[in-house]
Amino acid sequence: MKYLGIEPQKPKIAVFDFTSCEGCELQLLNKEETLADFLNAVEIVSFREASSSSSDNYDIALIEGAVSRNDEVKRLEKIRKNAKVLVALGSCACFGGVNRLKNEFDLKSANKEVYGNDPKETINVRPVKDIVPVDIEIPGCPVSKAEVESLICHVVWDSPFQPPVYPVCVECKQRFTTCLFEKGQMCLGPITRAGCNAPCPAGGQGCWGCRGPAVEPNYDSFFAIVKEKGFADIELREKLNFFGAFQEVIIS
Amino acid sequence: MLFKTIKKQDFFDFYFPDFQCIGPKKVGTNNNGKPIYQFLPFSSFDEIDLDYETTEYSAKTYFLPYKETLSSFSFEDNDWTQEINYSSNPRLIIGLHPCDINGLVKLDKVFEKTLFPNPYYITRRQNTFVVGIDCKQPCDRGFCSSVGSNTVTHGFDLFLTDIGDRYFVKIGSDRAFNALQKIKTRDITKNDNELYLQARNKFDDGVEKTVRVENLPNLLDIEFESDVWGKWGDKCLSCGTCAMVCPTCYCYGVTEHISMDFNKSDKIKQLYSCNLNDFAQVAGGHNFRPEPATRLKYRYYHQHRGFVESFGQPLCVGCNRCGRACLAGINPTDVISDLQREQKR
Ligand code: SF4
Ligand code: SF4
Ligand code: SF4
Ligand code: SF4
Ligand code: SF4
Repeated sequence: MKYLGIEPQKPKIAVFDFTSCEGCELQLLNKEETLADFLNAVEIVSFREASSSSSDNYDIALIEGAVSRNDEVKRLEKIRKNAKVLVALGSCACFGGVNRLKNEFDLKSANKEVYGNDPKETINVRPVKDIVPVDIEIPGCPVSKAEVESLICHVVWDSPFQPPVYPVCVECKQRFTTCLFEKGQMCLGPITRAGCNAPCPAGGQGCWGCRGPAVEPNYDSFFAIVKEKGFADIELREKLNFFGAFQEVIIS
Repeated sequence: MLFKTIKKQDFFDFYFPDFQCIGPKKVGTNNNGKPIYQFLPFSSFDEIDLDYETTEYSAKTYFLPYKETLSSFSFEDNDWTQEINYSSNPRLIIGLHPCDINGLVKLDKVFEKTLFPNPYYITRRQNTFVVGIDCKQPCDRGFCSSVGSNTVTHGFDLFLTDIGDRYFVKIGSDRAFNALQKIKTRDITKNDNELYLQARNKFDDGVEKTVRVENLPNLLDIEFESDVWGKWGDKCLSCGTCAMVCPTCYCYGVTEHISMDFNKSDKIKQLYSCNLNDFAQVAGGHNFRPEPATRLKYRYYHQHRGFVESFGQPLCVGCNRCGRACLAGINPTDVISDLQREQKR
């Protein structure tokens, strides 16, 4: 497995789950055609979904999930100390994800609603970057395995890791989707970062922005368009809030 | 040019075994009940509708795909091999309107009749049998007549004009002449000529959208600092939709993809758009066009100034696909008229 005569170093990888659905972790084991090569390119030292071993000696920590309990804060701080590169994996880790919807409610009543008379210790949901510095973010609900692979190449070969800066519309157009606005639906594609290959509009669902903002989205213009097309503020707000990725513009 | 006429039903005997056939297919309707068409593969003529008004996407992707692998490298021990493949299978595209054929003729200038011809484009272009058809009436806010793209003289194999129960057919290539031997054609009569001219006049009478482009290259230079760019640029979402649907936008980026076993690497070309945020970003991170307004302006500069300077005609063929697809309502006739008004003030 030499590349130009150079034997690649296998980065030691540890995967950790926080508050999440573990879908991103499962995604790491997806894309069967390259899975064996993927597992061969790295050394997994800790990954609950794929192996029982666990170690504190790793180069890359992949963090799945948001933080919603105090013990998670401590655990995350410890991981940060051990890791050379800390990666926020998926929308929960990057933005808080769907879990962040909880922050809209009073914590106590939310707790009661979910756990009844057996309340759990809980705090407001926060993305990883609110607790410790994050080196690389791979957004998405779930993440794209291709992007994870590109991250591995980046770590091993120093090839650029650059998720698209442009919005979902580019990929949507490149697969010949009819724009959902044409069909009277709202879509956050024009302000959301591409890289997912626009599966939602292609499937007839407007984008909910799981990959977070594109680089320098034109919010003013987009919001004006949405309004002019007759969508209610509440509908827009609901979409922007869904993955917690648009906190920079959410107006209460 | 050789002309013939063909009975409509005879034309549909025109059969290309072993060709992939592409034509205007209805894919749905929009919110206002208007049909939406796309150029898509078909297997029988009743799947397509040659009376379509316009398509959502241009057919350029059959010549310049959104994504294509330019070359692959394989590594073995201390050596490597490069593989380049630009062969393409024969294709028939039927139903291209004059704007789209003119778009191809312009792409030919860039990729074929140039100092560094592009083999990827040329194989697709030469392996594609192009059958065009005249529009019965102008499409929604199309301004092809203003940029000289409402008629075609070359760039196709066959070109049809609907003259009632027959097509008036222009034969544009030897292979088209040969292919026509297999179906019933008739030499044109005086009456056919009249019907043809009537059809064309009817189209001309229907033209509503016009924009004067003769002095546009100079006007664009003069209005380089105009507020008009800010006005439209503030609306621009930098979403690239305009360039994706445009029959003539051909900008692209190339990226390297290393395979997961580290034994192979692909150079992949992807069509890009000058409206996208990092289009003019260079190594080191500097972005020469950080504002949407500047990027939007340069899209117009390429379409209506740069290309005119190089080739004596605008790149834009006036199909208004970009204008219809733009969520922000940015469209060439309004932007250009704004600039012209600016000058008169
Ligand atoms: S459906 Fe959404 S992503 Fe696709 S072009 Fe329309 S706005 Fe953009
Ligand atoms: S289209 Fe939007 S919601 Fe769907 S995967 Fe892409 S970014 Fe996420
Ligand atoms: S721009 Fe002109 S040639 Fe093209 S579809 Fe519209 S009317 Fe026809
Ligand atoms: S002009 Fe319209 S379609 Fe083009 S990038 Fe701007 S907003 Fe998108
Ligand atoms: S710039 Fe717009 S009007 Fe001109 S050819 Fe492209 S899509 Fe058609």
